[in-house]
Amino acid sequence: MNTELANSGSRGDLNALYEKAQQLSSSDLRDKIVGSLYQESKRLCEAGVHHSNTKRDRRTEKLDAVFTSPIWGFPIMMVMLGIVFYLTIAGANVPSDMIARFFGWLENYITAFFQWISAPDWLYGVLVLGLYRGTTWVVSVMLPPMAIFFPTFALLENYGYLPRVAFNMDRIFKKVGAHGKQSLTMAMGFGCNAAAMMSSRIIESPRERMLAILTNNFVPCNGRWGTLIVLASLFMAAGYTGGAKSLVTTSVVVGIVLFGILVTFLVSWVLSKTVLKGVPTHYTLELPAYRRPKFWETVIRSSLERSWAVLLRAVKVAAPAGILTWVLANVSVGDTSVLMHIVNFLDPFGQMLGLDGYILMAFLIGLPANEIVLPILIMGYLSTGALTEVDNLGDLKQIFVDQGWTWLTALNMMLFSLLHFPCGTTLVNIYKETKSIKWAFLAFLIPTMIAIFVTFVIAQSVKLLG
Amino acid sequence: MTETYRVALAGNPNTGKSTLFNALTGLKQHTGNWAGKTVTLAEGTLTHKGINYQLIDLPGTYSIFSNSRDEEVARNYIVFEKPDVTLVVVDATSLERNLNLALQILEMTRNVIICINLIDEAEKRGISINERLLTRRLGVPVIKISARNKTGFPLLLDTIERLAEGKLVCEPARITYDKDIEIKIASLEPFVAEMVEDRISSRWVALRLLDGDESLLDELKSRLKVKEGSA
Repeated sequence: MNTELANSGSRGDLNALYEKAQQLSSSDLRDKIVGSLYQESKRLCEAGVHHSNTKRDRRTEKLDAVFTSPIWGFPIMMVMLGIVFYLTIAGANVPSDMIARFFGWLENYITAFFQWISAPDWLYGVLVLGLYRGTTWVVSVMLPPMAIFFPTFALLENYGYLPRVAFNMDRIFKKVGAHGKQSLTMAMGFGCNAAAMMSSRIIESPRERMLAILTNNFVPCNGRWGTLIVLASLFMAAGYTGGAKSLVTTSVVVGIVLFGILVTFLVSWVLSKTVLKGVPTHYTLELPAYRRPKFWETVIRSSLERSWAVLLRAVKVAAPAGILTWVLANVSVGDTSVLMHIVNFLDPFGQMLGLDGYILMAFLIGLPANEIVLPILIMGYLSTGALTEVDNLGDLKQIFVDQGWTWLTALNMMLFSLLHFPCGTTLVNIYKETKSIKWAFLAFLIPTMIAIFVTFVIAQSVKLLG
Repeated sequence: MTETYRVALAGNPNTGKSTLFNALTGLKQHTGNWAGKTVTLAEGTLTHKGINYQLIDLPGTYSIFSNSRDEEVARNYIVFEKPDVTLVVVDATSLERNLNLALQILEMTRNVIICINLIDEAEKRGISINERLLTRRLGVPVIKISARNKTGFPLLLDTIERLAEGKLVCEPARITYDKDIEIKIASLEPFVAEMVEDRISSRWVALRLLDGDESLLDELKSRLKVKEGSA
């Protein structure tokens, strides 16, 4: 009898006690606790641990003093990001060209073969003008940048620099109410947003994990690099040649990426103040010693793995989309093709955003994979509904200019690409990870609204200013 | 009738905790579904000098607040299941970081042994550790081992035995926080002590409540409820 009373009493007391504790508590209490623990550990180690030859540790300390310094940390990160993109953009030009020319050369033989077996026009259209050109475009535009970007990134990671990036970014993420590890899922997003959804598992707290998932889309993935690089070099760096051209292209792409990161912070902040309220949790981030990776092994492994993934995706996604676009462009309802019906329907809205109906159509059909947005757009622009052989970027620019493109169209298309809804694979993964239709839908809605808002504002202000 | 003592293994990830667990238990292990939770913990048995021990491999964590499920599991086991001995495995090559967890565990329970693992690796890198000094400062046994090479095991096993049998009494050094926090702890502790009696460290519970540890609060509530139900 007595124990029962005592215990039921204590449960009530527990709540009261907790409330009392909360009143006593202050927001910096956890920091103070953790601080005391670290100080004590440090004191113990200073007394009880003796280092005799720790050249490597000292080197790591010295490097960390620079790389994670409050002053130099961020400028160095920018420079590193710039270097990686510059290498990617400048280095990818030549091989991209070579691959495109190779596929063009091969196409002549394929065409000859189709003529030789006297294949019907529609078969040639679907297989060569649709499937072959769609796929080879993706391969020649995507493959070289990936084969440079990923090994460079992997090298930075293996040298031990990426954990320092996470360390630097933690300060900002904490300020916007998110988790520092979000910078790692962001880094993953540069490769593939869909894969980054899985990597968000490293964040334990469900609230912060959701933030990472909902904002990951704002870092451009593999599939969007091609679009960003091509448009930046065609329209933004138009007046430059040689090295300067690559430099201007790089700055534009870096600017776009920084804008995406800014949006990430903004959205994280807004969400953490509204639907995903809460305080960021503490975590321990291991900063491993800097070490020289096995250079060639890293380079070869990461480029082979990536290249293979890109090829596989090109075949799996770009091929059917190429066929679909060709079919849409060649099947008519009334006297207009299905494709044109869609384009005409979307055009007024597209114009409001500084885009056009073709571009919006390309983004919609490109839902399965961002890689195919640009090829679909070009296929749409050409009356035959098939991607013409684009031997050099000059031809490509002419196609755009003929459709009334200006630098504004290019800029808004880049921004739309950066900010719009995640690709189908990513959405499926978001659903799998969150098990919630609501969050998957929000992951679609939030970026789309932002993309529409940003491009609308830019298009309208440019119009106003003339 | 021989008694079986329970020994829990805690530690940071990548400190060789599981290597030690495997080395001590050999093939005598299984994964047990613990306390009806979906978390499985590896368990194994060990006999030393005719005494049986049950070893429980807790999840590797960097801290033992309630940041994640793993941390909650480890904390609940140490605090509520009260193992006879808790081994905290730390990495000799990054002792400073690892001691954080050890210090947190020392706030929760008394019978702790700190195993400095990977001592061979540390010596190779020119790190020498004065375990006697650490033992004095921490108030619990600090033992250097290498789980990989199975060095330091005899002393470790003897210490486990002495601690389990009560032949060795630990007096863990406690961290003094800044004045402000200490005053708050002091004002809460008597009330906590009334409630948890001497089953759990009231100082630790007071500190966790100040830190807003709701998961611990829920755990305390349900533990008290279970007791009531069985009464």
